[in-house]
Amino acid sequence: MLVYPQLEHPWIPNSHKAILDEMLEAIGVSSVDDLYRDIPPTILLSPEEWDSLPIGEGRPLSEAEVLARINDILSRNKYFTDPPPFVGGGVWPRYVPSVVKALITRGEFLTAYTPYQAEISQGLMQALFEYQSLVAELLEMEVVNASLYDWSSAVGEAMLMARRVTRRNRVLVPETMNPLHLETATTYAYGGGIRVEKVRVDRETGFIDLEDLESRLSQGDTAALYMEYPSSYTGVIDENVEAAGEAVHKAGGLFILGVEPVSMAILKPPGRLGADIAVGDGQPLGLGLNYGGPYLGVFAVRWDGRLVRQMPGRLIGMTVDAEGRRAFAMILQTREQHIRRAKATSNITTNEALMAIAAAVYLSLLGPQGLREVAEASWYMSHYAAKRLSELRGVEAPLLEGEFIMDFTVRLPMDAGVARRRLLEKGVLAGIPLGGFSFFSDNDMLLTVTEAHTRRHVDLLVNLLDSVLGG
Amino acid sequence: MWRQSRWNEPLITEMSRRGRRGALPPRPDEKVVKEVGPLKLPQSLARGSPPSLPEVSEVEVVRHYTRLSQMAYGVDNGPVPLGSCTMKYNPRVAARLAFDPRLETLHPLQDDETVQGVLEAIYMVQEWLRHITGMDACTVHPAAGSQGELAGVLMIKRFHEMRGDLDKRRVIIVPDSAHGTNPASAAMGGFQVVEVPTGDDGNVDMEALKAAVGGDTAGLMITNPSTLGLFEENILEISRLVHEAGGLLYYDGANLNGIIGRARPGDMEFDIAHVNLHKTFSVPHGGGGPGSGPVCVKRVEVVDGVTLEDLLPGPRVVYSREEGLYRVRPPGRWSVGRLRAWIANTLAVLWAYAYILAMGPQGLRLAGEVSVVNTNYFIRLMEGHWGYSLPYAPSRPRKHEVVLSAKPLKRETGATAEDVAKGLLDAGLYAPTIYFPLIVEEALMIEFTESETKENIEAYAARLKEIAEEARRDPSTPRKWPRNTTSARVDNVRANHPRTVTPTWRVEVLRRQGKLGPLR
Repeated sequence: MLVYPQLEHPWIPNSHKAILDEMLEAIGVSSVDDLYRDIPPTILLSPEEWDSLPIGEGRPLSEAEVLARINDILSRNKYFTDPPPFVGGGVWPRYVPSVVKALITRGEFLTAYTPYQAEISQGLMQALFEYQSLVAELLEMEVVNASLYDWSSAVGEAMLMARRVTRRNRVLVPETMNPLHLETATTYAYGGGIRVEKVRVDRETGFIDLEDLESRLSQGDTAALYMEYPSSYTGVIDENVEAAGEAVHKAGGLFILGVEPVSMAILKPPGRLGADIAVGDGQPLGLGLNYGGPYLGVFAVRWDGRLVRQMPGRLIGMTVDAEGRRAFAMILQTREQHIRRAKATSNITTNEALMAIAAAVYLSLLGPQGLREVAEASWYMSHYAAKRLSELRGVEAPLLEGEFIMDFTVRLPMDAGVARRRLLEKGVLAGIPLGGFSFFSDNDMLLTVTEAHTRRHVDLLVNLLDSVLGG
Repeated sequence: MWRQSRWNEPLITEMSRRGRRGALPPRPDEKVVKEVGPLKLPQSLARGSPPSLPEVSEVEVVRHYTRLSQMAYGVDNGPVPLGSCTMKYNPRVAARLAFDPRLETLHPLQDDETVQGVLEAIYMVQEWLRHITGMDACTVHPAAGSQGELAGVLMIKRFHEMRGDLDKRRVIIVPDSAHGTNPASAAMGGFQVVEVPTGDDGNVDMEALKAAVGGDTAGLMITNPSTLGLFEENILEISRLVHEAGGLLYYDGANLNGIIGRARPGDMEFDIAHVNLHKTFSVPHGGGGPGSGPVCVKRVEVVDGVTLEDLLPGPRVVYSREEGLYRVRPPGRWSVGRLRAWIANTLAVLWAYAYILAMGPQGLRLAGEVSVVNTNYFIRLMEGHWGYSLPYAPSRPRKHEVVLSAKPLKRETGATAEDVAKGLLDAGLYAPTIYFPLIVEEALMIEFTESETKENIEAYAARLKEIAEEARRDPSTPRKWPRNTTSARVDNVRANHPRTVTPTWRVEVLRRQGKLGPLR
């Protein structure tokens, strides 16, 4: 039995039989079937065939029934809130101000589409322009697009862009590059015919090996060097970053820098480090973790027409309207697929606009002082954690000498995967085991501590780990 | 008369007053600070001056973005009949799941055992999409339809590579009515794009297709129904031709809403298909995203027992019968790989999960049917009206959308499709997609979806007729539209000129300081 009568649904206003009959009559057909008469009969599904497919529960559910299913789904997850996960990896547990979600769930933003009609979409475009402008200040890069999908695909797009700009096929990355970012970038590189090659990283410091970099660059066909700063897989702030950028520029390649945005409140931004392209994830800017997304791909370039015209993605610009008042419009669209088709800079259309607005709201709320405080609190909490952990017998923390802000590696006196499982049994989600990643050993773990963690949280982790280690 | 909000809203940066703040983030306690000592960073890499971000209070932020939202327009405000975008109503019960605050704390590296609820929902969506599309296996990994397309193109590439004839198969065929994403995706995969024309009957020109298909064909990408809103009547013949030539068929699911419940890409012999959860499955568009573009495949053999399913991008969610657990399976040996770091735009998938549950198969079919009835009802209302024509097989029923041409109107009055669009905005109605597909001059691509009322469809048609009459009475009128929206017609030349193009406030400031030249 159907909950709803055969032909009515609250989300389909014209599904009422009387209305539908009236419309069919006006069209001049006797039934809906007549409107599908051009579908070859061998592939046309009868309502009976279709209704028998296992889709949903096999029948429409009432709102109350849907809510029951929703509650069931939500109740069967374990939520790590006290303490939050000690896990990063390119996205991080972070404090999210309540205002962010309140604003992005406003129906006018939530249910709008790409602002194809400028005059009626001014508020949406101003919000996106503000996102671009705020991130531009954070990175000190002049041009920021209105978002890509996530950090890793932004790296892929940056590599393809470097190939178009330099007409070269080789991209260098540090051997400690986040493996998930590397996997994605490799997928994009496969399409574009790009070769990705690893540069050695110093095992003591976690810094890129400048000698190895120079020798690879001397081969002369490098499109770009990609580095992360701080590294989302070792946590290290690479002090060779500026020298590495200079080296790749001297060799005629582009310098692509992947950044965690909050850290940029206290670190020298990519614009001042000579980056041509900066990418990263906007997830720390008020988005929450949400088990994989949506996140936000940050993509910025400096003021150079050669770079700007090869940028992927959407750009909003400031202009005036017919009355001379300030107005906003989508700009440089001749780069985009709906105009350039096969010659476009990318196939991206739907981006992460709503997440970009969330990031704009977050950056507006935090401001220069607040963002600095978040970065500093992360620095303090993670250093506190490293210090406490280093006091445990057999634990080396941090493992690498390079300075860090919130992620750092530790070496445990036991298998890191086993330690993680034992901690999980005690209700704590610890870091990422680094075994299988040739740079590290099976006992190494990437731990993450941000401003979302308190001293009590860290003490709990340390005490539980101590007991896991048999201390 | 309809009027949109028109606040003289400054940029958030212009509202800044030194010392104001909009949030108090958590701070480390004294004991931590004492234990760790003063903050130190490598001297060469410390920022020094803070970033030039606005200093505003929380209430100012709330009011500012609330006002900006009032100067935006979505389905909650009124009809958005953007062709091919499928802007249907976004039922809020689904938001109860997608926006539950607990999900904000779920890390994508949590152990599978701790996220069984979410994994089950993702798994079920994969399964339901498999049946909806008539395919054998699905992944919800891609972040948008365009990523689904890229996945498809890369699978086509890997398929031919594994069979050892990639060097010969360099061409992907695309109808000239296709979305721009199709050729762009093919190009990202390193393929050459060959376009085939559309015949007067609205179908792909079969003679041209036969001439294009050959030993160099890697695959064909097609939308069915097409962007003209027409079902491709020769689809089975097209599949046969491409398959016989050794190519694969890719289904662009952007227009699935028009045939859902009536026909499936799998039954049309497609090998790979993507769907857009933010279209057919009612996930809100968010001003341009997040989207979600699951991709599904048939279990077509590539070589030695490896099938297209093994080539799918990932990770995917699988169900382990022995363990009774849902598991995240990372991309395997033959997979084209990851298209993003993590599993999916999870919140979008959860929204679609709730939507499909509420609709059931009957509701999904009904949505498709009513969207088709709405389109054809609208066509009847517009039939033979002065100023507009219906190109390509006017007597054939349209599916989810219809493309009208304002060419007669332009010829007589000078008013363009863009003018028509602006005239609609003035009535509180969002404009159609204009100037697309490229094969229709002065194109107006209209898609009401099943969400629009009969009354609004009638109002839309009436306004279109009124626009034509007003243009006929005084050809200078359309140029003055829109007047009731937040801004008057924007200056696109200034927006794009190398001397005035302003993509960020930083550019504006540096330019005023004389530190930035034209964009060269």
